[in-house]
Amino acid sequence: MKLTEKEIEIIEILEKDARIPIETLAKMVSLSVKETEAIMKKLEEMKVIVQYAALVDWRKVDGHEGVTAMIDVKVTPKRGVGFDEVAERIYRFPEVKSVYLMSGAYDLSVVIEGRSMSEVAQFVSEKLSTLDSVISTTTHFILKKYKHDGTVFDQGDQDRRIVMAP
Amino acid sequence: MQRTKKSYLSETVARLKPSGIRRFFDLASSMEGVISLGVGEPDFVTSWNIREACILSLEQGYTSYTANAGLLELRQEIAAYLARKFHIEYDPETEILVTVGASQAIDLALRATVNPGDEVIVVEPSFVAYESLVTLAGGVPVPVETNGDDHFKLRADQIERVITDRTKALIICSPNNPTGTVLHKEELEAIAQIAKKHDLLIISDEIYAELTYDDSYISFAAVDGMRERTILISGFSKGFAMTGWRLGFTAAPAEILQAMLKIHQYAMMCAPTMVQYGAIEALRNGEQDVEYMRKSYRRRRNYFVQSLNEIGLSCHMPGGAFYAFPSIQSTGLTSEQFAEKLLLEEKVAVVPGNVFGASGEGYIRCSYASSMEQLQEAIKRMKRFLDRL
Repeated sequence: MKLTEKEIEIIEILEKDARIPIETLAKMVSLSVKETEAIMKKLEEMKVIVQYAALVDWRKVDGHEGVTAMIDVKVTPKRGVGFDEVAERIYRFPEVKSVYLMSGAYDLSVVIEGRSMSEVAQFVSEKLSTLDSVISTTTHFILKKYKHDGTVFDQGDQDRRIVMAP
Repeated sequence: MQRTKKSYLSETVARLKPSGIRRFFDLASSMEGVISLGVGEPDFVTSWNIREACILSLEQGYTSYTANAGLLELRQEIAAYLARKFHIEYDPETEILVTVGASQAIDLALRATVNPGDEVIVVEPSFVAYESLVTLAGGVPVPVETNGDDHFKLRADQIERVITDRTKALIICSPNNPTGTVLHKEELEAIAQIAKKHDLLIISDEIYAELTYDDSYISFAAVDGMRERTILISGFSKGFAMTGWRLGFTAAPAEILQAMLKIHQYAMMCAPTMVQYGAIEALRNGEQDVEYMRKSYRRRRNYFVQSLNEIGLSCHMPGGAFYAFPSIQSTGLTSEQFAEKLLLEEKVAVVPGNVFGASGEGYIRCSYASSMEQLQEAIKRMKRFLDRL
């Protein structure tokens, strides 16, 4: 679908900061609050804006550290539906955070989040590997997140400029 | 017999006014929790690819002098950039010079062209250095005041009124620091007519050319018949967020450029080598980042200027740079009083308009090159301040 320049600008701003007050957002794109609201509603209805999410650093929350694993999955595609059917079977599990069809050495990249390593291991061995189409899995645990979805974790954003300058 | 101790200082320097920003810098620096709208530089850090190119040049051992005029490779990139962006052709061998910041280029332009007593027209409000650099070059700065009610547009007839037999040159800056005003095609053409009629040299400071928000930018050198009498000055500080790198450039007809090069080779030798390698990368692969920064500034401008008007500080919509220049005349305070009171009472640092020349009185310069959070907080504080007055 073709969006207007203003619509794209609103998406760009919201993607960076979904909690920006609508009055501020409206001023930034030189529209009225009403017009801005209408555009946001339209974008939500069209599913261009799919969700307003918070990016959380769970390591900082006691008891919520969790474990993230990226699993390379080789599968046998099925006639007529290709990879879609097996991908759907995988992404329906609540433990699965994302599924991508990949080119290269394996077919699907699956991101799993669990409370512990053994929980992830259990999911892989009991649920994922046992699917008919799955040929093999290789599990990589994420040890530390430095940057996620374009955001650098724990980055000091202090202003290094002097207070007055020509 | 007691002899009067002689001064070691040159009389010109002794007479030179210190920058009006200095006092506010000292005051603001001594306070904590200040929101600074006083900075004339991007809040972005130079893009990583540019920093990386600089580091690589060091790793590879490029630590010696370059040609006086700068690396030929960089001058070629600058020529390509000027042709691509502003449709002006310059010969990288003889018409482009890499300088230590655009400031040095302005100094060179004046020193290479001004004879003692020559008058140089300076459009005010203006960047604080112009007037002093004219004086240091032995010239006489002649201010032309633009008017806030007219959005600080430079009108050709204003220039004509101050022209004398001694008038040599005119310094213009578009987009302007501090007003953000951009001169459009017809305005530039009208000024060009005057320049031709009176045989004036134009020193065109185009350091903010990358930061225009509403129309595409027209370089003064690209105006019909102007290339031969224009010294184009620009640099990497503002558009590419490279203020601390101190890298600028200038393009001019060979005769003028070579005269500037003469001074540069004695005074500076050449711009720092590793920085020049960073600049090559900036011109080759920096476009996307510049576009990203320009977009951010435009959004902040829209927000900030509308908010200033809402809280009662009337402000025209600046077409470029990253400064808002609102009027504070409704408060009955002078720009110095306003800036000082605002700083002390609400910890928001702005620059009083009078430091940019007499016509800046009654205005303040606010840089909106700050995060949206900071700008929102600044507006909140300024509103509180105004409500109390």
